[in-house]
Amino acid sequence: MSGLIASIDQSGNTGEQIVFWICALVAVIGAVGMLVSRRAVHSALFIATTMISLAVLYVSLGAPFLGMAQIVVYTGAVMMLFLFVLMLVGVDSTESLVETLKGQRIAAILLSLGFGVLLFAAIGNVSVNLAVGIDGANAVDGGNVQGIAHLIFDRYLLAFEVTSALLITAALGAMMLAHRERHTPRKTQREQSQDRVRSGEPQNLPGPGVYALHNAVGTPALLPDGQPTDRSVPEPLRGVSAAVGVDHQDTLRVNTLAAGGAIIPVTQEDES
Amino acid sequence: MNPANYLYLSAILFSLGAVGVLVRRNAIVMFMCVELMLNACNLAFVSFARINGNLDGQVIAFFVMVVAAAEVVVGLAIIMTIFRTRRSASVDEANLLKY
Repeated sequence: MSGLIASIDQSGNTGEQIVFWICALVAVIGAVGMLVSRRAVHSALFIATTMISLAVLYVSLGAPFLGMAQIVVYTGAVMMLFLFVLMLVGVDSTESLVETLKGQRIAAILLSLGFGVLLFAAIGNVSVNLAVGIDGANAVDGGNVQGIAHLIFDRYLLAFEVTSALLITAALGAMMLAHRERHTPRKTQREQSQDRVRSGEPQNLPGPGVYALHNAVGTPALLPDGQPTDRSVPEPLRGVSAAVGVDHQDTLRVNTLAAGGAIIPVTQEDES
Repeated sequence: MNPANYLYLSAILFSLGAVGVLVRRNAIVMFMCVELMLNACNLAFVSFARINGNLDGQVIAFFVMVVAAAEVVVGLAIIMTIFRTRRSASVDEANLLKY
């Protein structure tokens, strides 16, 4: 604790340190959460957290333009694109944990750990404590945005123009890749009805069963021979309806009716 | 504070992204890990700009952001195309690019 206080006193910039430690913690937690969560949507939310805390770090590093661009471009556009594609591909697709290559996971973690240690050692070797600071560079053109604009439209003008070509190419490429060529003509209504008759079952699927005690859409209907049929139940409910089942009494009553009998005995009073 | 702390954070994030690219099987999650690595590089660029006291690092980070956006657009379109033919976003399924 005393060491921490001493380091704060030494730097004399407490606010930035607090912001750094909080945002660094949030960023690392988001990255680890993205790694370990099995559902892709959870991964997307975790990495959005990481990107927002990185934007805060940019602002505290003296790059407010990049911080705003980070929020607009990454959390706004890129992550929304990711979520759109996730919804199209299927949100509930959890990936299998079966390793296709034996020991690949351990090897990958060890390799990346070694890589991280290497990076740490390199940074520790070369880093110097005398940082110039960004405030002077920001003040030259009257502000961070003005300074970046001056650089982009002056020294990096060619790269900026090439970037526009890259963006147009990417948009065209995405359109070309997402376009689906139709190889066969679309089926007309007449062909569809002909196919239906030829399939041997032109009628509608049976409706749900309506009983004295159940008339939910998940209740299977009874066929003329008294057997419950699964085809009357909508596809997503099939597993659920198996648990509900059909009351055996209902089946008996339907059978009695089909045989010409009466379920409720007729009394004298009803006849008079 | 010591600006090297930002570099350490960027190294940690880069390594975590590398682990994700190597370990995860879902193509979309792998893509997110690549984005994390790009973000870590951006953080390093911005802190280098501060260490050296000029804005060039921030401009480079800006260009990295633009290229990452273009890359995401094309990559997600490719993933969608593969998903359409294979009904799966797992990279293990896409072992034959032709079919």
